[in-house]
Amino acid sequence: ITGKVTDDAGQPIPGATVFIKNTSKNATADAEGKFTITGVTSGNIILVARIMGYETSEIPVNAGANNEAVTFQLKADTKGLNEIVVVGYGTQKKSDLTGAIAVVSSKDFNKGPAASADQLITGKVPGVQITSNGGAPGAGSTIRVRGGASLNATNDPLIIIDGVPVDNNNVSGASNALALINPNDIESFNVLKDASATAIYGSRASNGVIIITTKKGRLGDKLNVSFSSTNAVSKVTSYSPVLTAAEFTDIVKANGTQAQTGLLGTAATDWQKEIYQSAFSSDNNLALSGAWKKLPYRISFGYLNQDGILKTSNLDRKSATINLSPSLFDDHLKINMNVKGALADYRFADQGAINAAVAYDPTKPVFSGNEQAFGGYYEWLYNAKLYDLATKNPVAMLQQKMDESEVKRSIGNIQFDYKFHFLPELRANLNLGYDYQKGEGNTNIPKYAALSYYNGTGGSYKHYSQEMKNKLLDFYLNYVKDLKGIKSRIDVMAGYSYQDFIIATPGYPTLDEGGDTTTAATNYAEAQHTLVSFFGRLNYTFNDKYLLTFTMRRDGTSRFAQHWGNFPSVAFAWKLKEESFLKNAKALSDLKLRLGYGVTGQENIGVGKEYAALSRYTYGDANSSYQLGDAFYKTLRAAGYDQNIKWEQTATYNVALDYGFLDNRISGSVDFYYKKTTDLLADITAPTGTNLTNTLYTNVGSLENRGVEFIINATPVETKDFRWNAGFNVTYNKNKILSLSKAQSDTSVGIATGGISGGTGNTIQINTAGHQINSFYVYKQIYDKAGNPIEGLYEDTNGDGVINADDKYRYKSSNPTVYLNFNSQFNYKSWSLGFSVRSNIGNYIYNNQASNNGSYKTFQNANYLANLSSSVLKTKFRNTQYWSDYYVENGSFLRMDYLNLGYDFGRVINNKVGLRANFNVQNVFVITKYSGQDPEVFSGIDDKFYPRPRVYSLGVNLDF
Amino acid sequence: CTKDLDRTPITEVTSASVYKDFSNYKAILAKLYGGFSVTGQQGPTGSPDISGIDEGTSSYIRGYFQMQELPTDEAVIAWNDGTIQDFHQMDWTPDDNFINAMFSRLFYQIAQCNEFIRQTSDAKLSSNGIAEKDQETARTFRAEARFLRALSYYHAMDLFGTVPFVTDSNEVAFYYPEQISRKNLFDYIERELIAIEGDMAEARSNEYGRADKACVWGLLAKLYLNAEVYTGTSRYTDAVTYSSKVITSGYSLVSNYANMFKADNNVTSQSEIMLSANFDGVRTQTYGGTTYLVHAAIGGNMDYEAFGVNSGWGGLRTTSAFADLFTDLTGATDKRAMFHTDGQNRVIADLGTFTDGYAITKWSNKTSTGKDGSNNIFVDVDYPLMRLGEMYLTYAEAVLRGGTGGSTAKALEYVNDLRQRAYGNATGNITAGQLTLPFLLDERGRELYWEGHRRTDLIRYGLFTGSAYVWPFKGGVAAGAAVGDFRTVYPIPTTARVANPNLKQNDGY
Repeated sequence: ITGKVTDDAGQPIPGATVFIKNTSKNATADAEGKFTITGVTSGNIILVARIMGYETSEIPVNAGANNEAVTFQLKADTKGLNEIVVVGYGTQKKSDLTGAIAVVSSKDFNKGPAASADQLITGKVPGVQITSNGGAPGAGSTIRVRGGASLNATNDPLIIIDGVPVDNNNVSGASNALALINPNDIESFNVLKDASATAIYGSRASNGVIIITTKKGRLGDKLNVSFSSTNAVSKVTSYSPVLTAAEFTDIVKANGTQAQTGLLGTAATDWQKEIYQSAFSSDNNLALSGAWKKLPYRISFGYLNQDGILKTSNLDRKSATINLSPSLFDDHLKINMNVKGALADYRFADQGAINAAVAYDPTKPVFSGNEQAFGGYYEWLYNAKLYDLATKNPVAMLQQKMDESEVKRSIGNIQFDYKFHFLPELRANLNLGYDYQKGEGNTNIPKYAALSYYNGTGGSYKHYSQEMKNKLLDFYLNYVKDLKGIKSRIDVMAGYSYQDFIIATPGYPTLDEGGDTTTAATNYAEAQHTLVSFFGRLNYTFNDKYLLTFTMRRDGTSRFAQHWGNFPSVAFAWKLKEESFLKNAKALSDLKLRLGYGVTGQENIGVGKEYAALSRYTYGDANSSYQLGDAFYKTLRAAGYDQNIKWEQTATYNVALDYGFLDNRISGSVDFYYKKTTDLLADITAPTGTNLTNTLYTNVGSLENRGVEFIINATPVETKDFRWNAGFNVTYNKNKILSLSKAQSDTSVGIATGGISGGTGNTIQINTAGHQINSFYVYKQIYDKAGNPIEGLYEDTNGDGVINADDKYRYKSSNPTVYLNFNSQFNYKSWSLGFSVRSNIGNYIYNNQASNNGSYKTFQNANYLANLSSSVLKTKFRNTQYWSDYYVENGSFLRMDYLNLGYDFGRVINNKVGLRANFNVQNVFVITKYSGQDPEVFSGIDDKFYPRPRVYSLGVNLDF
Repeated sequence: CTKDLDRTPITEVTSASVYKDFSNYKAILAKLYGGFSVTGQQGPTGSPDISGIDEGTSSYIRGYFQMQELPTDEAVIAWNDGTIQDFHQMDWTPDDNFINAMFSRLFYQIAQCNEFIRQTSDAKLSSNGIAEKDQETARTFRAEARFLRALSYYHAMDLFGTVPFVTDSNEVAFYYPEQISRKNLFDYIERELIAIEGDMAEARSNEYGRADKACVWGLLAKLYLNAEVYTGTSRYTDAVTYSSKVITSGYSLVSNYANMFKADNNVTSQSEIMLSANFDGVRTQTYGGTTYLVHAAIGGNMDYEAFGVNSGWGGLRTTSAFADLFTDLTGATDKRAMFHTDGQNRVIADLGTFTDGYAITKWSNKTSTGKDGSNNIFVDVDYPLMRLGEMYLTYAEAVLRGGTGGSTAKALEYVNDLRQRAYGNATGNITAGQLTLPFLLDERGRELYWEGHRRTDLIRYGLFTGSAYVWPFKGGVAAGAAVGDFRTVYPIPTTARVANPNLKQNDGY
């Protein structure tokens, strides 16, 4: 059979795949769009043509009867409306969606090296805030979908990878659960935002659902081998402002005692430069995909080795995936099998070195010149012995602490989708999956290191491990029927789900150099947690214009004595564009109104709280035993519990408009939402004496989030050689705590939160009814005429004539109110240029490094000195002023996340190999008023923050 | 598979199972005694009892020390943790997190005791199938739990006045307990102590670390000595009665005063210490308790190794007002004068500077023979909750305040016993004419300083607030200033009042 593949205009489409359905016979269209398939057995066959960016087309051919040329005219799929969107337990056409679901597929991913999957979509989806947890190799991100719906229960979205809801908790030794998924294997992210989309996941959906689908082989494809390699150099972009040796010497001489001045050295060390390095990383991936006869497959291997900019930190990750997706019995049974495995070796740098470098006396050298003591590193001495209260040498902290772990993770599933032979409208779907993680590692410090100098005979050797097992069974039936007579279509689904989690943590002792136990092993801990669910969905479409969706989930959890909760949702969508009054509006290509309401739940109050409703007794370990008579007894403690603890519920309202103009060259949507969480699960003070704990996880109070999301994607220019795609999105989100007490009175100060460095147990934030979550709780600084803060002088905000704790006020919050993202991609012939710029507005940050090191008191220690934050040059504070609002700074910023330049060399080496290359810079620049190192710290407290590097990378892709 | 939702703990036990096995009872009793010492189930930190505050700071003894000693002439602290400076400056507020933590710790202890008492009722012992012989032991345990609860209620009454009232008759649930008046709480504690006396082990017959009849009498003596403060009615005769019972029950003074505050005081000082909160550098680890008392008192040019520890935390010192109680600070005369003055200023210019104010060397992790304790971070020293020396002074004061059934001769003899130990001979002995109430307050300072008595003593003498006696930085000024009388009790923490609308604030706050 021969033929040709063209577009609407008759232009050839080279590279299109043409194959005979249900066979492995196939061909690729040449430069003129022509193809030839030989060795075809005669008879009726179906010929399929397929290529990205066009709608797939099928033509029935009677092979052998007439060998005429078959011509495919493929329609460009620019609208995206026929795009298939993964929803909970099924898929839907994008045009038929009633809920707020965003899709980001691989072609739209952020460019440049990504060690963790979440980095692929940072800034891409309005309403989704992804904040990387710093620059450590494999560091994860904090993901928030439409603000946090909870106060103390988890605010992480539910993440589902190929149908398996994965455990978002980090196993010991892993920096981030998602870092164990190779980003190169991911095909798409589907982000479910409103309740009508998420409620099908019921109890775990309050904070959104992210469905990740990995790449698959495709029926009819020949073997395709692709190899990519990205090599990068990371560099430090900025340092925390501290005094130079000369400035420090002046200040100590002017403000210190004679003893303190006497401690000054003569070196000039920039400690921050000593702990950071330019770091190399290399990410290499090999993927083989295609179809072997009727068995589509994809196999991939990845190898990542990444050094961190903080010396000694490293991640070495090997990953492999296998996907098989055969169809049997005339396409009636589709099987999809995935196995993913990763093996990650970490070396963690002691992040305490970040603060130590800020605080270390700059007049001291890195090395003491005495090789015999502390491995040659300079350390503070007193009476010729280590002075343990002094800051430890930060370089030694990095070099002498061996904190290494090995983490294994495998996620897999097998899904059977059977279309009944006698009733093809009915499908049965069975999904069996697992998620296994094991982490183990060692934290070893040798005897000569100052870090563990006093542990027994010196040295500290500790092993740790943890194992997490999660297994899943989902089953559902789906019935779809077009009722042409009444212009209706119904799509009904009902199912059952069972998921079980086990976490086991053995205890190990800490040993000293001599092998003696210095801290006994903690007790072995194991806990299990089970979820059982029944769910259903009805989609009803009338006249292809009016869409209605009902979903219902009944969830049971083992966490609560009252196991069950119900989570319904309803949504309505109206395709306005299909109405007669808009049908002929040529410029308008899409207009759809969506209304949704739903209730979702939350039960995840964290690891270690699996039995929060039961009266239980906890064994103490050997280090907390108690002497009675001559014996030491390990104690048994009655644990606090709330037998009535129950589901937290979030009701979400969503009103949205999807729009498209000029054949969807301009498209987007605007969403308004309101989320209210009631029966908030929070850790609150129990009425004193009533429980076996002072604070108790229980249902209390409520909070709300309201917001607006707007997104516009456009192709402003599209010519034969030049194409410009641009996307812009903006999110406004505001949260408020409505109530925080079981008692009627909401006049309380609130729940202190946000621990800071400095002192013991000090906090800087508070949660109070009527205010934003994590508001800073500080004194109002008074300034002199020159604009400098006056030490210890604060406003008497309540006007009672006394300045005390009652005068603290709630000032701003770490939560941004507005997020913006702008990204663009330019293609000119073989060149491409892309960038992404992101901005958070309204987020405030507490400069803990300045507040903790920003007074003369900081260096005035007995027997050692400590460097000061440069802020002291302005404030001239004599004592630390932790609670001055001077240290709460505007952290709004504009960051260019990446700039990427690519070139496509086309087919090289006798047309055998496709070659593309790209040069990428990540974290190009940040514009901010913040005086510290980096304003983007999720907690809003800048302390020990591993700085984000700027990464320059060169990537090469080869396709065979 | 909906039955799988009924999951029960794997590595913990439930209250339904734990009380069926008698071998668990002692472990739970150890937790009740350990409530004074450890801060959680993982030493030194990691599985805290109290949340919302740094775990080391949540220690019973550390919190009690801070509330009893820091607002007095005996102790100042250099740190800037939260509102810690408010204690000495006596301007604490209901929002104070240290006060809140101690309030929580007291009721944590009371709730744990309630649970044990509830689960060891005679009916529960039978229904759990405990053997008759073991039931008898369990009843002694139960009486001791009631004693420990009474002790914590005593601390709560002394510190806070009126507090929420919960007993074993309340179940673990969410409800709002009523507040009990100070007088009614006094009556309750008295009733409880008298009720359990018969079930407690004979004086000096119980194993180390556990309470006996003498402890019941000792607590009653303390209760009666301060009765006027708590109820408005004095009970000095009862104070004489019960302190006499202790004094005549077989205890004797330890010959070397300093040994009672050293690493091996569990060995050297059992003859005097009636009840202690026990610590061990390896097996009972915490950043509170005596680990705090030893480390926090070391700073300046003090050699921490001389105290058997790896560092000083540079916090606790004393005021010149306390140093004035001794005529000779070197310890050459009165050996109880344990000061470090080298490099320290007698007068405090800045509360935040360790070298301002003399340091105190009373607590040490060295043994009586000069060896280091078992660990150089965590300290072995047991903290005396009650000891015979205190009973001597209680007896003397009760007699002087008009209590009958004793004699001033005996009072003088007891006081001089303490002074002979202090001086090593009779040169420090006083005459009957010198035995006055003001002398006894000073003597209590010299004998019992940094053991958690000073605030209660100053209140009983009417000197804690007001202007009759001021010490450096009382009221927040260097010379000392008057303080409102309402500060004789601490405020009910705001968080507790938010959680329980039945709680009324103490007057003045």
